[in-house]
Amino acid sequence: MTRATGTVVVVGSSIGGVRTAQALRTEGFTGRIVLLGRDADLPYDKPPLSKQLLAGSWDTDRITLLGTEAAEAAGIELRLGVGAARLDTADRRIELADGAALGYDAVVLATGAGARPSPWIAESGVHVLRSLADATALRRDLDVDGPVVVIGGGFIGAEVAATARTLGREVTVVDPLPAPIGRVIGGAVAEHFTALHHRHDVATCFGVGVEDVRGRAGDLWVRLTDGTELGAGTVVVGIGAVPDDAWLRDSGLLIDDGVVCDRHGRAEGSPDVYAVGDVARWYHPDHDEHVRVEHWTNAVEQAAVVAHNVVRPDDLRAHRPVEYVWSDQYDWRVQIVGRPGTATRHQLLGDLDGAGARGAAVYTDDSGLLRGAVTVNWPKALVICRTLMGAAATFDDAVSRLADLPARRAASTR
Amino acid sequence: MARLLADFEACQGYGNCITGAPDVYDIDDDGKVVLLRSEIDDADRPRVEEAARSCPVDALSIED
Repeated sequence: MTRATGTVVVVGSSIGGVRTAQALRTEGFTGRIVLLGRDADLPYDKPPLSKQLLAGSWDTDRITLLGTEAAEAAGIELRLGVGAARLDTADRRIELADGAALGYDAVVLATGAGARPSPWIAESGVHVLRSLADATALRRDLDVDGPVVVIGGGFIGAEVAATARTLGREVTVVDPLPAPIGRVIGGAVAEHFTALHHRHDVATCFGVGVEDVRGRAGDLWVRLTDGTELGAGTVVVGIGAVPDDAWLRDSGLLIDDGVVCDRHGRAEGSPDVYAVGDVARWYHPDHDEHVRVEHWTNAVEQAAVVAHNVVRPDDLRAHRPVEYVWSDQYDWRVQIVGRPGTATRHQLLGDLDGAGARGAAVYTDDSGLLRGAVTVNWPKALVICRTLMGAAATFDDAVSRLADLPARRAASTR
Repeated sequence: MARLLADFEACQGYGNCITGAPDVYDIDDDGKVVLLRSEIDDADRPRVEEAARSCPVDALSIED
């Protein structure tokens, strides 16, 4: 049995929603596809918001995921600038914020996650970064000379710090953890990321919390828990994201920090409701637990699986990805595969220090299996580890495969 | 048969295509995509199309 006709509504116009709509066509769906977006902008890609777009090297056209013509060619109806207000799973309809309603045969929830709001309220000049509007507003303030304080030393914080530094700003990154990225890659390897900030003349206050932020754009004060006061023209708060699931509270769906789904991406107990991307908490069969993953690649891979499952309920696929995320910080392309944060032991290959760094940290635990890898400026090593992770290879195998790669930094050692 | 194209300048070595279609895409020592085949038949198209669409910088395309 296939479901090639009828109406599929995709709620959310970011990467997960757009890729789901496109993949439905690839899977042979010929019915009506409606892509609903609260954002009035044409669907756009988010990774460049903290990098090329914020730096001003790319314009908004370059980050468009689905233009009007491409949507028309694929038979995807765009309804932008209106959010979903309520989901009625019994009647299979979605009520929109403007009072209209849409019936569906299947619905894919891809509303993503929003920036965790700043708990510190100043008059102005305090930014979060998640949407194009956020990036545009932040860019305006970064154009004004004055120190920048970034609260939160995770991926977004580090990327914003790097971009602000490129724009000539004086930057300080604050985080209550002694090595912020250590949650993901372990404390020892995270030290190299702290050194990366310092090598680019970005100051860090790690292991210190923020007590208060006050003032206005151009004249802000950030008071830290150790009594330090940092003056700032602009403050950026990058302290995580919250799944956009509040509108589903009375839907009858199981919501628990995201929409709880089975391995096939179907909301528990509602076979016509699926979820994709940051808003989905699905059962990962290899980890034997429900997980929510805020990575671009996860949204794309899950979109393909869910689109297939919508069209082919007789041939359901499980979404069982190896986690993968990248981050571009200063002169480093960082790529992370697997779950290095759960490992107990790692080995470094190559070099994670200085200009021209190229290296990898490979992780394992008592099992002796490869549990993850972090690579810097070494995509080939990342691809090898990612392939090995998918094949349940051993740590020793991964280390020897990387050690066999051609001599590193060939270009700079000539 | 459909033709495979790659924009080698745009490629940044993210490697998503290789996870999706390891028989079609690979990566070289400099971190650039390698096309292992120049054409694919219709049966492979959905899978390869999805692999191409997983490129974060839109470096891959399929031409009729």
